[in-house]
Amino acid sequence: MKTNIYLYILTMIFTTWLMRVSSSLVMKKPIKNRFIQSFLYYVPYVTLAVMTFPAITEATQSPIAGAAALVVCMAAAWFGAGLFPVAIAGCVTVFIIELFI
Amino acid sequence: MNEKRKLFIHGYKNGLPIGAGYFAVAVSLGIAARDYGFSALQGFLASLFTYASAGQYMAFNLYNVGGTLIQLIILTIIINARYILMGFALNQRMPEGTPLGTRMLVCTCITDEIFGITIARRGAPSPYYTFGALIAAVPLWALGTATGISMGNILPVSIVSALSVALFGMFIASIIPEGRKDKAILAAIFASFAFSYAFAKLPVISEISSGNRTILLTVLISSVFAALFPRTEGGSDEN
Repeated sequence: MKTNIYLYILTMIFTTWLMRVSSSLVMKKPIKNRFIQSFLYYVPYVTLAVMTFPAITEATQSPIAGAAALVVCMAAAWFGAGLFPVAIAGCVTVFIIELFI
Repeated sequence: MNEKRKLFIHGYKNGLPIGAGYFAVAVSLGIAARDYGFSALQGFLASLFTYASAGQYMAFNLYNVGGTLIQLIILTIIINARYILMGFALNQRMPEGTPLGTRMLVCTCITDEIFGITIARRGAPSPYYTFGALIAAVPLWALGTATGISMGNILPVSIVSALSVALFGMFIASIIPEGRKDKAILAAIFASFAFSYAFAKLPVISEISSGNRTILLTVLISSVFAALFPRTEGGSDEN
């Protein structure tokens, strides 16, 4: 049986908010522990990368289109395109490739 | 009073282009949310008050696979760990004696983009500025989500398929520029792709739920990189 969806959404909202403000509650000085600092430094990149691949190849009708979008988005981001242009470049890539498959 | 008003309006103006980007990406999030069993109202409320792209995507997905509240809390903490870091960075800029309410209001407005425009300004972050940006951007995020959920089934399959990568595009755009600046991050990104793929395909391991695989991989890979390539606040040590 699934959790009540509104309770689930409230939990999502409250936990996320707590993440944002937790530093304000505890912070008087910066964290000194080097391992924790380093761990937190890598976390956002690792999490987002893990969630992106292979999921992007499963989101599209054809896995090849998703893989191509990954490559195009990475190249666009590498050469300095912003958030929105990168997202659009991915969408256009999938649209064009799936026209031919 | 006038100064506060000016800061709010300035934040609001800077938040609008962010909101335009949010809208498009949120449509993609909404399309996913619809598949995961969320109504337009539920998606709208979740987006209006959570406003966390990767975290919401994870949460919607986890709900669909029957995730528990405990799993939701753990994954939300892990996926949004960057908000703690951003919170520390913002608090670092606020002078000693700044009231707790001010600190909390500034940090309540954290998203990747609002953090970006706030930290780019000189001096102590103002809650009027961050709140102005939040008020401009987040309703568009919520509207986009509701649009994706309610229009997802009217749109042609080819459009839905194309839009469904927008969210991943935004993830990629938030990690690659840092990877270009820091080779250790780039290596961590590729290691994450490789292990995530392996964990999704290997027998036995692939039977762990995708939510738990995300936790496991994040903790493992980040720990290994933290041990091998430690960082301090100023950035890399070795150069």
